Parts: sequence; structure tokens; C-alpha cells
Amino acid sequence: MLAAPALAIVFSLAVTSAILLATGTPPVSTFRQMLDYGQEPRTLALIVNSATTYYFAALAVAIGFRMNLFNIGVDGQYRLAALVTGAVGGAIALPAPLHVTVEIVTAVLVGGMWAGIAGALKVYRGVSEVISTIMLNFIATGVIAYLLTPGRLAVQTQGSNNIGTKPIPPSGQVPGIDLIPDSQLQVYGLVVLAIAAGVGFWFLINRTRFGYDLRATGMSEAAAVASGVNVKKMVLSTMLISGGLAGLVGMPQLLGSSYTYSLDFPAGLGFTGIAIALLGRNNPIGIAIGALLWGFLDNSSQILDLVGVAKEIVLITQGVIVLSVVIAYELVRRYRVVAQQRDVGRELGEAPAPPPPGGGPGGAVAEEVPR
Amino acid sequence: MSLIDQEAAAPAPQRAGAPVRRNTLYRMLIFAGFGLVAFSAVRVISGADDLTSAGTVGAALGLAVPIGMAGLGGLWAERSGVVNIGLEGMMILGTFGAGWIGWQYGPWAGLVSAVAFGAAGGLVHAVATVTFGVDHIVSGVAINILGLGVTQYLASVLFEGTPGGGSTQSPRIDPIGSISIPFLGDALQSVEQHGWFLVSDLAGIIRGLTTNISWVTIIAALLVVATWWILWRTAFGLRLRSCGEEPYAAESLGVNVYLYKYIAVVVSGGLAGFGGAYLAIVAASIYREMQTGGRGYIGLAAMIFGNWRPGGLVAGAGLFGYTDAMQLRSATAVHALLLLVALLLAAVAVFAFIRRRWVPGVVAIVLGAVSLVWYLTTDTLPPQVTFMTPYITTLLVLALASQALRPPKADGLPYRRGSGR
Repeated sequence: MLAAPALAIVFSLAVTSAILLATGTPPVSTFRQMLDYGQEPRTLALIVNSATTYYFAALAVAIGFRMNLFNIGVDGQYRLAALVTGAVGGAIALPAPLHVTVEIVTAVLVGGMWAGIAGALKVYRGVSEVISTIMLNFIATGVIAYLLTPGRLAVQTQGSNNIGTKPIPPSGQVPGIDLIPDSQLQVYGLVVLAIAAGVGFWFLINRTRFGYDLRATGMSEAAAVASGVNVKKMVLSTMLISGGLAGLVGMPQLLGSSYTYSLDFPAGLGFTGIAIALLGRNNPIGIAIGALLWGFLDNSSQILDLVGVAKEIVLITQGVIVLSVVIAYELVRRYRVVAQQRDVGRELGEAPAPPPPGGGPGGAVAEEVPR
Repeated sequence: MSLIDQEAAAPAPQRAGAPVRRNTLYRMLIFAGFGLVAFSAVRVISGADDLTSAGTVGAALGLAVPIGMAGLGGLWAERSGVVNIGLEGMMILGTFGAGWIGWQYGPWAGLVSAVAFGAAGGLVHAVATVTFGVDHIVSGVAINILGLGVTQYLASVLFEGTPGGGSTQSPRIDPIGSISIPFLGDALQSVEQHGWFLVSDLAGIIRGLTTNISWVTIIAALLVVATWWILWRTAFGLRLRSCGEEPYAAESLGVNVYLYKYIAVVVSGGLAGFGGAYLAIVAASIYREMQTGGRGYIGLAAMIFGNWRPGGLVAGAGLFGYTDAMQLRSATAVHALLLLVALLLAAVAVFAFIRRRWVPGVVAIVLGAVSLVWYLTTDTLPPQVTFMTPYITTLLVLALASQALRPPKADGLPYRRGSGR
């Protein structure tokens, strides 16, 4: 099971090295620079912080993937949620734990609502969630641009051209944690929430009736329907949960360091989430490893600009990892199916059966069929 | 009894193709006529001359071309049964290909290289989806990530230190040239300036479509016609579409489904790259990072809006381009669009009621009333709302007419040779 991602990472490092060589850069020393810089305490803290954010995004994508539901709209969901939460958090004054709770709940609700539109359109009107969530991403961009103007939700940031929501007061902020020794930089306090979300994800998927229905729907919708699963209800609730998790993506940064949703709030994390969910195979632990790997690549590459290598090289590494990991999973799956058939054929003492049909629409993303 | 029932329920024999087609053309012309009258009326009532001015139409055409080319790429791929959400990444590769070769060897070489770069992206998608059977959406998302990464890295390696270039943009690309129909422009301009009902609007639209038209736009238009002809009028096209409808049936008739899917997806990437070339060479004269701005996705939406047909796709791309142009050119004209939307929705409601489809009818009436009230109570429309218009329109079309849309039957499904059903 670990062979496929390891193979993909080795392959992508090979491709990266080839590109580095072709553009006249020695690969080994480049990688060494990244490794050294990536082990400095400050960078380690940055890696954990990035991974916290990515983790929420990947979990949001993964829960949909588990039932062949493609939430491409995590991007719009978390940006809208962060904007509204920023505005709400800056406008109210409550005791600290309550204030933060209100903010988190707001983020979950807004994200869930935005994803719920796509869920409702799919369930009631048969609109593919892929295309509706892409449209909703653009619409979210428009809504945010409309709301984030002075006089509506935005105020001028002091001493710059930037505009953002009113800063969240200390009672609504989540303090950092001194997780990495010798690092001046603290780790986002919401890393705790990320871990809790991962455990909750595991429990929901593997230990509840809902999770069982969800996995059953993902493996074979027809079989799930036959065994009494209400697929429409599953689609809608999965979309709501996915959107709720997406709402949390912006929270570590919003409540842990920026305290305001401004024009330069990071965008595009939804697509990072898709990549990491694929890499981690929609499994909470796999996703955690993937998120840390992504965080490492993103942050340790910052050194490259200082040594005269374009740091965008890691984008190629990441892209190749994603593509090769899904191909590797598919190859492993095919190999296992053939091996399984050979075993069955041998035990029955008959000739092997003809080759099997290809996997379902989510052949590469669904969990492997238990033997 | 059951025998009789079955006979009665059997589908009526298909009518011959020709009358049906003429019927469609006829209907499209009527629609266009009604549309023109509506536009003209709204222009006269609101006084927003930019609604149908040659400038707006020309700008809309320019903005529609890249979207239309991405959509055309989507059409090729999806007609062969491969969902191509990687159009965005292929388009990004196209903009880079155009910028890199274009500034050194001229715009035409840049155009060719953009198509080649896009096609290379398509080839990767084909290898992943056709050969390895990876989920189409998954592969497409990966290609979008990869396309962005490759171009950003190569740009910072290849454009750093070039004249006028930098890590995020290429040096200037020479213009590719454009043509106008001689003498027509001036005559039409004088007609347009009179502000006559209907006549001036027609003059403005024709002038917008015949003045300063880039050669790339002309090639794009030819590509749409060529696509229609190849996919719907040749044996090759029939086989290609059969792979998207019933790949196993096609296989049983001796069609090499893998090969057709490969061709379709590579062409798809090439067309997306062509759209990228338009952005880099014609629209901006340079390659710039993030130049595509999601147009690959919008092209996909235009294709779905157009019901997986070239004509509908052109209409979809036109709609997206037009609202984009309005937002860029004139605030008052954008505001006048509200009145137009109210009119159109009223017409939709009438049609829906005639056909006894009550729910869409009521929805259309309510939305129409909202936009009429909005028009009457405000003087301007926030630009962000115009920005959202095409996307909301697409969502509404999908929500209200998803039953009328018919994607290729095996679109997005995995296919493995010999596995049958």
C-alpha cells in the first residue's frame, strides 16, 4: 500500500532532477539546500502551519471522494467562509472561548451552506457537482469582491493600500503553541482542531452507520440503493460536511496570524486540498503525511531563490507527484485484481477468468476492495 | 393486449434528417431576430448606446474567442468520452508556448508552438485517462496543477533577463495583424450614429464583427466550422462520437477506441492551447502569469451550456464574452442589461406557460420581476454583479434545463478494451 506513493515520489524527484539538469542546475545540491533549510526550527514551524491549513482542505475534498463526489468548490467555500467569519469576528465582542466558538461555527455554516447549494442542485436538479462547484467558485469570487469594499465589510488597513475586514480583537484570536523547540515562531493553535478533525473523520467514516453508507455508495451506488441507502440524503449531507470542513481551511490563518480577511488572503488552497487528498488516498493519516510533505516542499523551497534557483521547481514536483501517484494506485489496483483472480483460479483448479472490467468512476480514488 | 401495447409504445420512425435541421436553423433565426428586437428596444428605452455599439461587439468577440476555443477543446474530448477538466492547464501551457516562441520567432510561430504545448498537455491527459484508466477529473486537476507549475518554472528560467521580460512575463510578441472589410465600416458607422431603432443596432453589430478582426479570430471561426464538419459529417467523426456514446459497441465494429480517444484528447489540448495563444498574442502581446484567469473552466461551462454542440457552444462563449465586454466598457449599459434580463425572463415565462411547465415559469417570472424592480430603483450596477452574471446564468440554465441537456452517454466513464459489459 505504501509502494505506490513511494514510487510516485521517487519518479517525481527523477523528473524534477531531469528538469533541473536540463536548465543547468545541479539537482543534488538543490535538494540538499532544501533539506537543510527545511530542518531549521523556524521552517519546521512554518511547515506545520501550512500543513494545518492544507489538512482541512484535503479532508473536505476527501470525504466527498469517498463517495465519488467531487467537491472542486472547496476554494470558494473557504474564502467566503473566511470573509464572513472575519467580519463577524471583528464585529462582536464576547468572552474568549465563546468568541472563538462563534467564529468557528460561522465558518462551518457558511462553508456548508455554499457547498449545500451544489448538493441541492445535484440532488433536486441533477446538475453535476463538478461544474456547479466550479461556477460557485467564480460566483464566490464575485460575492467576496462585492462585500470586501469599504462601506460594506471592509476597512482600510492602516499604513497600506490593502483593505480587509475589521481586525478580530484578542478575545476572538486563537493563541499559538510553542510546539517546535528553539523556534521564535509559534505553531497555529488550531493545529489541535485539525488533529481532532482527522480523528473525527476517521471515526465518522469507519465507525458509524453514516460512514458505512457513505463508503458503500462510493463503491457501488446500485448496491447501496439496493441495501436501502438513501443516496440523495447521503449526497446532500456529505456535501454539507465537506463544505463545513472547507469552511475551516481559512481559520488557522485568520484566527492565528492575520486576524483579518484582506485582499491578500491566500487563494487556491482548495486545489492544493484536492492534490493532497489524492496523495493521501482519502485516509486521515495519509492526508496528514501528504499535507506535511506539501508544507515541506512549499516552505523549504523558499531558500532556492536565495541560491539562484527558481523556487517554482517544486510546483513541477508537486504536479508530477499527483499525476504519478494516481497512475501508480491504478496500476497497483489492476495488479492486485489480476493476482486475486489468479489465486482464485488456482484454488478452484480452473483456468483464470477473463480480465475484469475497469474500476468504477472512482477506481483510482475509492478504497481498495477488501479481499 | 400486451402485444398491441408494445406496438403502440414503439417509437415513431425517425424523421429524415434534413427537415429537422432546417427547422432548427429556422428556430435559431427567429430567436436571433427576437433577441435583436429586445436589445434594440432596451437600448432605445435606456439610452445605453453601448449595448449594441461596434466597440462592445468587437470587444465581446475578442473575449469570446479564447473561451470558445477552450470549449471547442472540451467538445472534442467529451464527444470521445473523456471529460477534460484539464483545459485550464492546457490553456496555460498554450499562453506560455506562445510567449516563449512568439517573442523570438514571431507571432505565427508562437501560435503553432502554443498549439503544440497545449497538445502536449492533452497527450499527458490521454496517457493518464485512456492508457492508465485514471479518473478523468482527477487527471484533469493534476494537469492544471502541473501546467501552472511547469510554466511558472520555465518562465522564471527562460524570461529572466530578457528585454522587457521577467519571471512572470515574456518580452513583447509582435502583433499578428488584422483585417477589416473595406468601405463597409464607414458607411455602417454613419448609420450607427443615427440611433435608429433596429437599423443602427444591426449596423453596430455588423461593424463590430467586420472591423479589425484578427487573423486568429478568423482561424478560430473556421475551426468551429471545421469541428462541426469533421465530427458530424465524416466517418471519422461518427466513429469518434461513437466512442463517447457506446465505446464497447464501437469496439465490436472494429473501431480502435483508444486511438480515437487519444486523437480527440490531443486535439482538445491543441485547441485549448490555441485559445491560450489568442490571449498571449492578440489580447495582451505578452505571456503573463495567470493570464488565463480560469477561462479553461469557463470554456467547459460554455460547452455544457451549449449542450455539447458547436452552435450552442458558440452561443455560450458569445454570452460569456458579451457580459465580460459590457462590464469592461460601460457602467450604464451594464445597468440596462437588467431591463434586458427582465424582458428575456418574461419571454421565458410565456414559453414555459405555453408548454405547461409551471415551476420554471413561476421562477422566471419572479426573477424577472426582481430584475425589473432592481432596474427601476437603481442607477448603476456594481461591477462585481456583472462579473458573476455568466456563472449564475450557467447555473440557472443547468438547474432549469438539465433534463434538456444530453451529454455523450459514456462521457467520463472508464473504458478498457475487451472488458465489455
